[in-house]
Amino acid sequence: MAHKDSKGSGGDVAPFLQIKRIVKKFDDVFAVDEVSLDIAQGEIFALLGSSGCGKSTLLRMLAGFEAPTSGQILLAGQDIVGLAPYERPINMMFQSYALFPHLTVWDNVAFGLHREGMPKNQIEERVTQMLDLVQLKPYSKRKPHQLSGGQQQRVALARSLAKRPKLLLLDEPLGALDAKLRQRTQLELVDIIEQVGVTCVMVTHDQEEAMTMATRIGVMSEGKILQIGQPAEIYETPNCLFVADFIGTVNIFKGQVEVDEPDHVVIASADCKHYVSHGITGTRGMGVHVAVRPEKMSIQTETVQDADRESPAEVGFNQAQGVIEDLAYLGSLTTYHVRLDGGSVVKVTHTNAARHGSSAMTWGDRVYVWWCGSDVVVLTR
Amino acid sequence: MTALARSNNTIYARFMGPWGRYVVIGVPMVFLLLVFLLPFLVVFKISVSEMETVYFKDLLSVKDDLVVLAFKYGNYISLTHDALYFKAYLSSIKIAAITTAICLAIAYPFAYFLARSPAERRPALLMLVMLPFWTSFLLRVYAWKMLLADAGVFNNVAIALGLASEPLKMMNTPFSLVVGMVYTYVPFMILPLYANLVKMDLRLLEAALDLGATPWQAFWRITVPLSKSGIIAGSMLVFIPCVGEFVIPELLGGPETLMIGHVLWDEFFGNNDWPMAASVAVVMVGLIIIPLALFNKYQAESTSAAKS
Repeated sequence: MAHKDSKGSGGDVAPFLQIKRIVKKFDDVFAVDEVSLDIAQGEIFALLGSSGCGKSTLLRMLAGFEAPTSGQILLAGQDIVGLAPYERPINMMFQSYALFPHLTVWDNVAFGLHREGMPKNQIEERVTQMLDLVQLKPYSKRKPHQLSGGQQQRVALARSLAKRPKLLLLDEPLGALDAKLRQRTQLELVDIIEQVGVTCVMVTHDQEEAMTMATRIGVMSEGKILQIGQPAEIYETPNCLFVADFIGTVNIFKGQVEVDEPDHVVIASADCKHYVSHGITGTRGMGVHVAVRPEKMSIQTETVQDADRESPAEVGFNQAQGVIEDLAYLGSLTTYHVRLDGGSVVKVTHTNAARHGSSAMTWGDRVYVWWCGSDVVVLTR
Repeated sequence: MTALARSNNTIYARFMGPWGRYVVIGVPMVFLLLVFLLPFLVVFKISVSEMETVYFKDLLSVKDDLVVLAFKYGNYISLTHDALYFKAYLSSIKIAAITTAICLAIAYPFAYFLARSPAERRPALLMLVMLPFWTSFLLRVYAWKMLLADAGVFNNVAIALGLASEPLKMMNTPFSLVVGMVYTYVPFMILPLYANLVKMDLRLLEAALDLGATPWQAFWRITVPLSKSGIIAGSMLVFIPCVGEFVIPELLGGPETLMIGHVLWDEFFGNNDWPMAASVAVVMVGLIIIPLALFNKYQAESTSAAKS
C-alpha cells in the first residue's frame, strides 16, 4: 500500500508495470508488434480493440501463457518474462470465468491459497474475507453451475483476488453478462478493485465498458497501440482516423487545408468549408480528415443565425444544408441521417429536451446542420 | 427448458402421432426384454428347477387337488458348500480388477495425449486404437501364445541376446492371462477416456496454473477429477466382461488362474448339471449388477452436474 502514494507523483518513480518493445509472432504474423506501455500502481488500464487486434495475446503474455518473441515485461522492476504462470504474482479473471466445475465456491476461492501452502486457519480467514467482499458468503457450498451468471462472475473475481496479486488481469470481464446486468456490474467491479487497491489490466472490445471502468485506455489495432489516454481524451481528441471511428460515432469529411494559420485553419471539403479554431501540424494543400461527433452538431429548419456562432470568423463556415433521409427515435434523443447537398450523409443527434418537440423534423424535411469550430478534430493520419 | 420440451412435443405429435415417444422408447425396451430379461428368466428358472434325467420339472404343478410349487434352492446352497465356487468367483474378480487397473494405467496417458494432439491428427490415432479389431480376436490371442511360449519369440530373443540362459516360463501363468486380457480390453478403456478428456475445457488448466498450481498439481486437481465419469465408464467396460471372460483364460491361462467362466463351462458341458450351472451364472450376473447400479448412480450425478 505504501506505493499507492506514488500514483501520479510523476517521473521520479519507475512505473509499476513496464512493457518494453514486446513482440509476439505466430508463424509470420505479428500478433503484437513492438508494444511499449507503462502502467502506474493502482491504475485500471483497459486494452480496447476489436477481435484479433492482439489485446488478448498481450494479456496472455502478462499472465505467462504465451512467451513473447522479444521484449521485456517488468513488474515492480523485476523482469517476469522467464517466469511460468504459477510463479508470477499475477492473477487473471478469465473470459467466461473458467471456474472449476467440480469444486464448490469455497474451494474455488481457496484453490490458489492451498497451492501456496498457506496454513488452514489463514485460508479460512482469507476465503471468508473474499466471499464477504463479493457478497457470496451464503453460496459458499454451491457448485458453479448452481449460480447465476452474475454470481459466477463474482466468484471468479474473488478467486483471482484471493492471493492478493500484485497485478490483476481481466479478460472481457463482463462479456458473458446481459446488457442490463453488465452496466450495474461495471461500477460494482471498479468499487471492489479500488477497495482492494490492486493494479489492473483489462481487455475488452466493449468501449462503454472500457470508458466506464478504466482510468486510462489503450486503443489497439493490428498488434499496435494507436493511442493511450483517459477516456475523455480518447473520445474528444482522437489522434488518428481509426481511433476516431472506433470510439463512438463520428462524421468524417475528407478535405484539403486551404488556410494554415497558427490560431486557425480552414479546410475545404465537398460539403462545406471547415473553420477550425486551433492550429494543426500540417501544411497548405495537405489532405486531411475532419471529424465531428454527431452530438456536437446542431440541426434546425431555419437558417443559421450569425449570433449563435462561436465567433464572427465562423460565419459561413461549418454549416451545410441537406435533406433528412432517415431518423431513429431513441427516446432521450433522436439521430437524424442527413444527406448533405455535397453528397455525403452525416449523423446528427438531437436531445429531446421538451416532451413535444417544437421543431418536429421528419423524413424529407430540408434542414440546416451546423457546428462549432472548437468541436472539430482534424486528423492527419 | 419447459418451452423447449413443449415444442419437442408438438414436433413429435405432428410427425409421429401421439404414440411417437412410446415407439421410440419402446423399440430398445422390447429388444432388451427379448435378448436380456427373457433369457435371464429362463436361466433363473433352470437354476431353481429339479432335474429329472433329461427334462426339468415344472416349478408349479397341479396334481391330485394339490398345488405344488417346487422351488429348489439347493443349488445356491451347494455353491457355498464347495470352496471351488467361492475361489473361482474371488479369482475372477481379482484378475478382472488387476486387468482394469493395468488398463487404466496404460489407457489414461494414451487417451490424454490422444485428446491433446492436434485435432487433424486425432482421427488417424483413433483408427490405430481400433485397428486390432480388424483381425479376429481369436487369432490375436493365439498370436500371444506364439510370443509368450517357452520356445516363443520373446524367450528366443532374450536367449539370443544373452539376457536369459533358459526360457522363462510365461505361458499358462497369471502373467500371460493378464497380458492377454489387458491387450484385448485396453481399447475399451481408451475410448471413453478419450471422449471425456477431449471435451475438457483447457482454460481450466490455465486457470489452475494462474492460481499457482504446477502442471503436475493441475493434472491431479483438475484433469483427473473432471475425467471421473470417463474413468468409471472405462473401468466398467473392462471389469464387467473380464469377470466372466472364458476364451482368454482357456487359451492363455493355466492351473493357477481358475475363473468363473471355466467353472460355468464345466457345469454345463462336463457335469451336464444345468441347474447348477444356471445358479452359478445367476450369482455372477448379481455380482456384475451391483457395480453397474453404482456406476449408473455416478453417471446420473455427473451428468446433472455437467448441465451448467
